[in-house]
Amino acid sequence: MAEFHFTTPISKEDVQKVKIGDVVYISGTIFTARDEAHERALHLAEKGEKMPIDFEGLAVYHCGPVVRQVGDEWEIVAAGPTTSTRMDLFEDEFIKTFNVNVVIGKGGMGDRTAKAMKEYKAIYTAFVGGAAVVAAKGIKRVKEVHWLDLGTPECLWVLEVDKFGPLIVGIDSNGDSLFKNVALQAQENLGKIGEFLGITF
Amino acid sequence: MTETFDNTIIEDIVVKLHKFAATQLPNDVSDALKTMYEQETKPTSKAALKTIVDNFTIADETSTPMCQDTGIHIYYVNIGENFPKVIGIEETLRKASVRATKEVPLRPNAVNPIVGGNSGDNTGNYIPFINYDFIPGVDYLEITVFPKGGGSENMCALGMLKPGQGIKGIKKFVIDTIINAGGQPCPPGVVGVGIGGGADIALKLAKKQVMRPIGERHPDPEIAKLEEDLLKAINMTGIGAMGLGGDVSTALDVKIEYAHRHPASLPAAVAYQCWAARRSTARIYPDKRVEYLTHKEE
Repeated sequence: MAEFHFTTPISKEDVQKVKIGDVVYISGTIFTARDEAHERALHLAEKGEKMPIDFEGLAVYHCGPVVRQVGDEWEIVAAGPTTSTRMDLFEDEFIKTFNVNVVIGKGGMGDRTAKAMKEYKAIYTAFVGGAAVVAAKGIKRVKEVHWLDLGTPECLWVLEVDKFGPLIVGIDSNGDSLFKNVALQAQENLGKIGEFLGITF
Repeated sequence: MTETFDNTIIEDIVVKLHKFAATQLPNDVSDALKTMYEQETKPTSKAALKTIVDNFTIADETSTPMCQDTGIHIYYVNIGENFPKVIGIEETLRKASVRATKEVPLRPNAVNPIVGGNSGDNTGNYIPFINYDFIPGVDYLEITVFPKGGGSENMCALGMLKPGQGIKGIKKFVIDTIINAGGQPCPPGVVGVGIGGGADIALKLAKKQVMRPIGERHPDPEIAKLEEDLLKAINMTGIGAMGLGGDVSTALDVKIEYAHRHPASLPAAVAYQCWAARRSTARIYPDKRVEYLTHKEE
């Protein structure tokens, strides 16, 4: 379980150094995108339009933060991750289109995303669900906000971060998935659980 | 008794209970998470548990909500039969939810399921949801604030089993539910199991169990044994903290309660509470004295 400190832009060479179970901290720039921001970004890209910021080498964070506006400035109050499996619908295209090499979320992602991570050399990292206070500590400031018409949880927050983490690598650039391994292991463990409880599965 | 109790006192206490619940875990939960962090041997889950402990420690020190999901508002109100008359308790609790949303602050989590839209103040149709019980022979009013997060709620399950499946069927249903949930309900959490009664009764019993202190066993030795066995079995799944793989950190505890069942039915319900197992309780006495059972007043 090695520890890595990445500074954006994060290259494909960087992410190929890490394996599932490793811990990553990120400094530099990350941006949030949930379902609607993923959908809009891909839709605009399809029409050949430019993104409000260049996503290449940045990390995308599945997060709908709690924010507070103080004068003209935005403050992040709480910023824990949201469930990543919903973004399985978009993430393969997203990685391919924008060269985003690091995805941050919680709960893991499915085979379709793992396959894309292997093909385009990207990683999925898990932040602890609900750990909003630790997450907010790593976020230094809101650099920019775009697509506010989607609402504050769904819009695109561009965040300056310092040692944001710990992020546990859930899918690596070989397409190996920690979550899949744990699920398979749980199935294997059913035998001894059944024996212990006196039941059969 | 004709004397009526002053509701503004209750409102202030409940706002304080919200602040306690959102920002400080009860000691039984924080101690259990710290012990688990020490005992876990798998590095991935250990790292997640470290973050969890850091997170609730900073939340406590800075009086910040420990999770961005500050839950849907549920109250348990135990009314001592010898407590003075209270008028308008529901209105008082709704006002407390609105005030706590602004003052703590809490995330607005009450959404209209038909036409959409967030009410913005944590109140709406049937929300906050209030459970009432009368307690014979006592003179206090006991209020518990139970903010319930959505991620763990989504993993709750009801099984209308056949009576012939018996206790074995219930054990299997519980384990299947936990394996299916994996890391999604933010483990290690508290698993509440309700058996019998009927569909609603089983779920209601299951949900009430997750508020029992960690480590406390059911007074019936047979149920206590079932709680211990299921806890051990759930941790044998290896799911671990946040589903990252761990050998002791899939669940903090299992709590079971049962009701007698209809001869034709065997309802089994599983309620899941995430690691942020938040609850806060106060007892209010007729002389306006307040006793906080889960938290210390600064």
